[in-house]
Amino acid sequence: MTFLPEELLADQIANFIGDVRHVAVGNASPIPATAALLARERGKLQGLGRPYVSLLGSAKNTFWTDGGRELFDCAGQGRIDVFFLSGGQIDGEGNINLVEIGDHAHPKVRFPGSYGSAYLYYVVPKVILFRTEHSRRTLVPRVDFISAAGRSEPNVHRTGGPVALITNRCLFTFADGRFTLVSVHPGHTVEEVIEHTGFDFERPSVVPETPAPTDETLKLMRDKVAPQLATLYPQFTAKVFEHRESALLG
Amino acid sequence: MSLVQSLDEALSAITDGIMLVVPREVCGVPMAATRALIRRGVKDLHLVALPTSSMQADMLIGAGCVKTLETSAVSLGELGAAPRFTSAVLKGQVAMKDATCPALHAALQAAEKGVPFMPLRGLIGSDVLKYRDDWKVIDSPFGNSDPIVLLPAINPDVALFHAPLADEYGNVWIGRQRELVTMAHASKRTIVTVEKIEKRNLLDDPLYAAGTLPGFYVDAIAVAENGAWPLPLPDTYKADGEHLALYAKMAASEEGFREYVGKYVLAMQVA
Repeated sequence: MTFLPEELLADQIANFIGDVRHVAVGNASPIPATAALLARERGKLQGLGRPYVSLLGSAKNTFWTDGGRELFDCAGQGRIDVFFLSGGQIDGEGNINLVEIGDHAHPKVRFPGSYGSAYLYYVVPKVILFRTEHSRRTLVPRVDFISAAGRSEPNVHRTGGPVALITNRCLFTFADGRFTLVSVHPGHTVEEVIEHTGFDFERPSVVPETPAPTDETLKLMRDKVAPQLATLYPQFTAKVFEHRESALLG
Repeated sequence: MSLVQSLDEALSAITDGIMLVVPREVCGVPMAATRALIRRGVKDLHLVALPTSSMQADMLIGAGCVKTLETSAVSLGELGAAPRFTSAVLKGQVAMKDATCPALHAALQAAEKGVPFMPLRGLIGSDVLKYRDDWKVIDSPFGNSDPIVLLPAINPDVALFHAPLADEYGNVWIGRQRELVTMAHASKRTIVTVEKIEKRNLLDDPLYAAGTLPGFYVDAIAVAENGAWPLPLPDTYKADGEHLALYAKMAASEEGFREYVGKYVLAMQVA
């Protein structure tokens, strides 16, 4: 079956989520939300009652009853296994910038702010970074402002951090303070990734292509996940999943 | 003065220069009250948005009401950057106290407990911490070389929010929006706008009582129907997406914002 880039990215993110108890997804994150719900559908097929999926901003898809702090209290206790973050800038050491570009006293660009990143990046075991604009503007040698640090001194309490970065061009993993190129998405090349990445990264001598989602995965996304997404992300759901061949029909 | 007041009377405690705490964009944002404050021309607020804000902070900043902004993010969400916030920060017109969401929740929890500070994990190695000279790092007295951040309590002068329902005793039903309770506990005064006031006692019904802010904490209530518009009121009404898009478009420029304020804030009559 043919597929859209969003479906490829969601499939890859779902693989990274793995078999965990609780995945939380922040606001304005339709691709990670697709991935989290896909992981839940896969869990159902295996007879597992997990993962729990919390989609922030959707009362229907969260169980919180103790206000905005409950998410962070949960995370501090290790009750959230996977979270997603992005950044106006991301650097090769895994630092993310959600605040500003330029000198702090006189910034040239201002982003919304750090949200929960300065905390969640430290206490959620698997943080998956996603950035659908892969360019030297976004993937930089050094961020101008550290909203959350990619790694910490050994004595700093840290039970979490980045494990991967997925972009519109490729997939990196993150370990020991460095990114490693794992695969390049269909239609893209290693040379192109090097050209558009502002930081150095590890890579094997032969970099495989990111595998296409299987028909089974596409069917799950289109027939099971899309209807659950439609209320929270109507525009995204219409663009990616509507008027497309359904596995049930095709 | 009775607890139930006109909107302008209820807001009279929000004077120039106070510290005002307001809830996040989906949690019962007092937009009718925000328009009333802009009409009155309140100035020099230290605005604490718990833990983020959208149109409310953007409008208050654009209208020149805010001297200091303490929050974790201001954005119009799917409609993009908050234009008056962005412009004011780049021009240095508003003093930013950039935070992270759980830090604001924790600092208000310190205030509600009456303790001077609250510790929080994370933050170490970030520039969020670096630029907050009011936050301190200590070695945990219960650990062995375990640095941890201490946040001073945030004690706002006034908490202001909008809720679906109050009763004649000043009890306010907030449902599951528990941060509204924390805001009220932490603040010296609490002002609430509501959709309606019913002749009953919400605390008599255990199903309501669990989601009720007791009138003990409430200083003034004003009825403002559709008072969160164009933002949503949880479990009551949805956001007015069309109007939010109109705001995003008009507020993109200083002139457009003035025009918006003239049309939708200054010209609006409030009972």
